[in-house]
Amino acid sequence: MDYSQFLMMPQEIGLLLVFLLVFVYDTFMPQRSQDKLPLFTAILFALYAIYSFVPGQMGQAFGGMFEANPATWVMKNILNLGVLLVILQAVKWSNEDHVAIRRGEFYELLLLTLLGMFLMISARHFLLFVIGLETASLPIAALAAFEKRYYESREAAAKYIFTAVFSSAIFMLGISFVYGISGSLYFTDIATSIIGHKSALLIAAVAFVIAGVGFKLSLVPFHLWTADVYQGAPTAVTSYLSVISKGAAAFSFLVILTQVFGSAYAQVWEWMLYALIILTITLGNLFAIRQRNLKRFLAFSSISQAGYIMLGIIAVNTTGLASMMYYILVYIFSNLAAFGVIGVIERATGKVSMDDYNGLFRTNPWLAFTMMLAMFSLGGIPPFAGFFSKFFIFVGACQQGSVAIYVLVLIALVNTIISLYYYLLVVKAMFLRQDDCSVPYIDSHWTEEIGLTVCVMGIIALGLASGVYTRLSDIADSVTGIFALI
Amino acid sequence: MMEIFNNPLIYFVIIPLLTLLGLAFCNNRGMRAIRAVAVTGAVALVALAIYLVCLFLQARAAGDTSEMILQSKVMWYAPFNIELALGVDGVSVVMILLSAFIVFAGVFASWKMNPLPKQFFLWFFLLSTGVFGFFISIDLFTMFMFYEVALIPMYLLIGVWGSGNKNYSAMKLTLMLMGSSAFLMLGLIGIYFHSSADGNLTMNILEIAHNDAIPHQWQLYLFPLTFVGFGVLGAMFPFHTWSPDGHASAPTAVSMLHAGVLMKLGGYGCFRIAIYLMPFAASELAWIFLTLTGISIVYGAFSACVQTDLKYINAYSSVSHCGMVLFAILMFNTTAMTGAVLQMLSHGLMTALFFALIGMIYGRTHTRDIRDMGGMMHIMPYLGVGYVIAGLASLGLPGLSGFAAEMTIFFGSFENADVFRRVLTIMGASSIVITAVYILRVVAKLLFGEVQDEHHRTLTDASWDERLSTATLIVSVAIIGCFPNFFVNIISDSFLPVVNALKDYFPVAGM
Repeated sequence: MDYSQFLMMPQEIGLLLVFLLVFVYDTFMPQRSQDKLPLFTAILFALYAIYSFVPGQMGQAFGGMFEANPATWVMKNILNLGVLLVILQAVKWSNEDHVAIRRGEFYELLLLTLLGMFLMISARHFLLFVIGLETASLPIAALAAFEKRYYESREAAAKYIFTAVFSSAIFMLGISFVYGISGSLYFTDIATSIIGHKSALLIAAVAFVIAGVGFKLSLVPFHLWTADVYQGAPTAVTSYLSVISKGAAAFSFLVILTQVFGSAYAQVWEWMLYALIILTITLGNLFAIRQRNLKRFLAFSSISQAGYIMLGIIAVNTTGLASMMYYILVYIFSNLAAFGVIGVIERATGKVSMDDYNGLFRTNPWLAFTMMLAMFSLGGIPPFAGFFSKFFIFVGACQQGSVAIYVLVLIALVNTIISLYYYLLVVKAMFLRQDDCSVPYIDSHWTEEIGLTVCVMGIIALGLASGVYTRLSDIADSVTGIFALI
Repeated sequence: MMEIFNNPLIYFVIIPLLTLLGLAFCNNRGMRAIRAVAVTGAVALVALAIYLVCLFLQARAAGDTSEMILQSKVMWYAPFNIELALGVDGVSVVMILLSAFIVFAGVFASWKMNPLPKQFFLWFFLLSTGVFGFFISIDLFTMFMFYEVALIPMYLLIGVWGSGNKNYSAMKLTLMLMGSSAFLMLGLIGIYFHSSADGNLTMNILEIAHNDAIPHQWQLYLFPLTFVGFGVLGAMFPFHTWSPDGHASAPTAVSMLHAGVLMKLGGYGCFRIAIYLMPFAASELAWIFLTLTGISIVYGAFSACVQTDLKYINAYSSVSHCGMVLFAILMFNTTAMTGAVLQMLSHGLMTALFFALIGMIYGRTHTRDIRDMGGMMHIMPYLGVGYVIAGLASLGLPGLSGFAAEMTIFFGSFENADVFRRVLTIMGASSIVITAVYILRVVAKLLFGEVQDEHHRTLTDASWDERLSTATLIVSVAIIGCFPNFFVNIISDSFLPVVNALKDYFPVAGM
């Protein structure tokens, strides 16, 4: 065996090392230094995240099962940044009395799921992909049940595990159909054998695969678990679920659709995605309007955001790919800013309802300011990053050129107005309702402040500094092979 | 990269941003510091705007006939050819001048702002940043970005510092304007993808106009998107409903800036983007929008007649006057377009003056209902005289700005030889009479009627900051009315490129 193939997976190996070190610390360090574990993880992970910016060797490993290219490299780095922010925001919470005893597990499971997502991103063989998918899904159920003294948390875990397993089963059914058509599970082999193939089996296979990944991305109509799980899980886990897990799923979704089923784009899955996007964006938005619990609210908002991310996939061009990665990056910063504020307030007061945020600006101006920026960015208001990412993802979709896509973009644009309405509801509660303030002044922990500051800086700088998108665009242009089959 | 800082235009964005930065270091209790920073910023903007007018006149006097002066560009987003492209022609120059004066007057009109003065001025200057950025940009993306930057502060400005049914109005205004910008965004993306026949897509307005490559079929899709997108901000019927509610609830300075400047963004955008870049569709579809704007003019004026709230009266009068701007632009000849820009100037100053005075009266009487007020001329003569002047400007008294603008518009419109446009012109011109009705009704009741509330007799006249704010506007209104030629000379040659682009599709009278 050629061991130099492992050079192509520096990020996975680095992550594994971080995991092992955290595990060793958790298991063998004395009790009195255990409360330093979250900080230890954060620092270790920060070092690792910086290290993983060094590009490894690009190419295919293990007989074509695993691929490292500039796009997978940058996608993993984007996820690393997000996870670093999640860890920073969780430090204080994981040292609270009722979860402190299990805090090691929290970080270990978090890192393991990330490893699974990395495998999903890089897999070019369905077996490896399924291993990644399961590694990324099952531990999240344990994480969702982390505050197990709460009924909602247990319920969230149960809901998550059932839907995750169910969706995996559907996904594997799809794969078995594909295997029946092509006799192989390598992406490249399948892609060549389905060129010109027209049968109901292929359509069923694509539909099942889309449904399977759709569960992870919480596309409508596979979204029913989302709100309950987001509400019940601890906020750190929810934020992780909403950005990291979604980002990884979206990227691997694009890889599967273009690299495996690329030749069936026009006949089979373009219209499927078209319908899914309209449903996802619209229903996600409409349900979000009614929510009073902020975590449920962001759950529906994240459903509709997933619809926007899908616009980058239906574009099937490098602009779409670059815009999608950029969208995920911006979305990570905006959503984590929102969840960061929610997490701080929930930790200090236990309040998560929108009504509790009335007059927040009076008592906690900086938290309110951060939340406002997050809402503006999610709503796509300039000069914040969300505006740029929305604009670019629309441009990417329109570059595909058909009138149908313009109509789709118009529907998406009209939906941004609906979404703006409910994002402004939060701003309204914090700034306009100055009469009653139920949240007292909160002294947030310095790790939370660092996390939120990074988010705020990201929201402001990512759009105005054009270098980020330009770099992503160069990277997307260097992997045009992804779209060779379209 | 650094050359752009040699361009005076960029400072129209940098000065408000520096003011923002300065305000960020102020404390809400340090009212003097806040005022000092805000006034410094506003004065700097006025000075720069006057300097710009001089630069422009100098360039034209020196024989520089290029379409835009002071052009410079920096690549921003290379993958989409998005540039920070700056440049101004006569229309943008006078718009910048107008905005600077209204920002100046607005700062003094909110001299005693309470509560949270620091945050108020922060949002106020963010709004100005957007306005100035919009007028100096000639790149589709940056223009659109600045346009939206100017919109969103309105939500908080109205929601936090407004009065009356402010939550509703703020949300309605924001959603309608952002909704229109959704259409606009799609229109701009469509223009971008058809901007060039040889594949070198560009966002630069001048280059797109020069390429003239947008297929006629696509123009028919994209023109309505862009025109309606900007038209909503220009309060075009039937998308004007945000305007009365928004104005009625907004604090004084915000009403001033909004009616005075922000609504001009709509007219300017229709002119600069929709008509200039898509002349074929503009001449094909003009009849639809002419009808709508014609309705705006008359409908706005009639609605103003039956309102009793001072702010609603002026908001509907704004619908009518802004309708005239879009109406005149759609007449496609130099005279009418000149009138449109004069009307933008005139309406901007006059409405700002109205809203300033209304704010000052409301601050004293705590009512805006004309049925509850009367005899103000004796109680507060300065404000009363100001109101009469604003009213006379509004109904088009010669010597004040409204006359010059409206005469030019209706002369220009009548130049078109076809019956449809002439009938619409006559219909539109009838609004002048209706304007006289509602203006004189208010003046008679509010200023010369009987005092309704004995308590009102104890009220004081304007303080020095209020006098400064209104005097600036009154003098400007008179200057435009007495020397319209000065402005006409600045703006007139800006229309040639547009009228030339339209010439192939539309028989332009008087050319």
